[in-house]
Amino acid sequence: MSGYLEGVLVLLAINAILAYAAFLPIVAGQLNLGIAGFVAAGAYFSAYLSNEFGVPPTVAALAAAVFAGLIGLIVSFPLLRTRGIYLALATFAFGQVVQATILNLNVVGGAAGYPVREFVGFGVIGAFALAVVAAVYLLFSTRFGISITAVSDDETAADLMGLSVRGLQTAAFTIGAAIAGLAGALYAHHFSYIEAQNYTVLFSIYIVLYVLLGGTQTIFGPLLGAAVFTLLPEFLRGSAEWRYVIFACLILALMAWRPQGAVTVDLVRRLLRNRRPEGERA
Amino acid sequence: MSSARPMLALDDVSKRFGGLKVIDGLSFEVAASERVALIGPNGAGKTTAFNLITGAYPVDSGRVLLDGIDITALPARKRIRHGLARTFQNIRLMAHLSVIENVMITQATHSGAFTAMLQPVNLWRENRWRREALDVLAAAGLGRYADEPTGALPYGIQKQVELVRALLAKPRVLLLDEPAAGLNPAETDALRERLEMVSRSGIAIVVVEHDMHFIGAFCRRVIVLNFGCKIAECATGEVHAHPRVREAYLGSESEAFDVEAA
Repeated sequence: MSGYLEGVLVLLAINAILAYAAFLPIVAGQLNLGIAGFVAAGAYFSAYLSNEFGVPPTVAALAAAVFAGLIGLIVSFPLLRTRGIYLALATFAFGQVVQATILNLNVVGGAAGYPVREFVGFGVIGAFALAVVAAVYLLFSTRFGISITAVSDDETAADLMGLSVRGLQTAAFTIGAAIAGLAGALYAHHFSYIEAQNYTVLFSIYIVLYVLLGGTQTIFGPLLGAAVFTLLPEFLRGSAEWRYVIFACLILALMAWRPQGAVTVDLVRRLLRNRRPEGERA
Repeated sequence: MSSARPMLALDDVSKRFGGLKVIDGLSFEVAASERVALIGPNGAGKTTAFNLITGAYPVDSGRVLLDGIDITALPARKRIRHGLARTFQNIRLMAHLSVIENVMITQATHSGAFTAMLQPVNLWRENRWRREALDVLAAAGLGRYADEPTGALPYGIQKQVELVRALLAKPRVLLLDEPAAGLNPAETDALRERLEMVSRSGIAIVVVEHDMHFIGAFCRRVIVLNFGCKIAECATGEVHAHPRVREAYLGSESEAFDVEAA
């Protein structure tokens, strides 16, 4: 495999994982603009574990997911008291706090960045990405999947139907944070260098964009969104510096034509219709 | 009025919104299999009474008892586990779920919250949760809508889906907020027959309804509210002659109570 191809595939795998980190809270009706904070927490935690204690990078990455998930669980208590635009602002603030904290932590290099000794290649990262996709697919095939949608559709009715609105929202936020931490750790171990300056709110917005443009109604939307966001700029390389202009125009066009995102339940139903007889067991 | 042990009991329940007393010392009892109508002019507090029973709002004073158990302090989501299910005046189905997914929401009411969440209800098309929901939908004549999104369905169908959703919680008390509103006479008759079956299975039913023909045919007892107070409680046949009820509805509207004329 050429270095270029491997680099693109690694980014594709990491972006797919990141997309699911954003997907979980979005499905629960939460606009999380602090994902970069969880990514950074996972990246630095995993790097620190392997640099300082010689923890193998795969183990360190899993520990980083748990670490980011724990942070998510703890901050979800104050953050999820807010709704809508206020939740977006509160998560944005959380991301800023994480970034500022790392800048002041000299034990991980502060503003100078942090080199990461242990390397993981595409094989490991791709396997983790497949595992995340499979795990999210399984999770959304359970009652959790319909319950979390119910909660974001109508909190009051969901509550009266016996669903634990707060518990489900916390779970979605926490699992999203854990997945973000995993993505951060894998990035750190592949690119061997991390710096706090990368984990800005713009980073969070990009991830949220993958998901919104891919579509939030099915679990395939985030995958498609991540793939398009990773691959399209590469395909457009021929047109040099104009490629991001073309890319932005394509995003605008997609938003105009498919405001629900590229992949919708309706689309999936139409694709499946050929396989299934109409009006089963009516 | 009911000789049997009450399945649902309200004991001197009151609720204020600011300075306005919307429910004032409301007490009534409903026995298993009983069908009771809660009626009253607009703003009388009928839907508020439902919201207090289900816990959507906390009561200011008084008690709500379900099969003898005091549920007044229970949060709304736990009351359904004690056997209290409802439908809504303005249909509240989940827009991004299919019909079968909507009714499956309440199906795990009586299992542990955590294990229920991990039941793979959508992993294979044939599983026991889907089959149970499909059977109940089919029994209600809704089988062919199972995988449809709820938004595109006709109003009457959506109301039936809401009823199935409430029934899948295996309730002992069913609160129906205007179940016949917006239905044509044929649909109303079908609804009544279906509810009679539900009631025969032992479920106590309380309906808030304006359709007096439906109430006359379905309910044996009527509780009349006005400005949050119970002004009458009597057999359905007697309500149209009740002086305080006539007074509350005033003039021409009292014609609506000529159940006998129906």
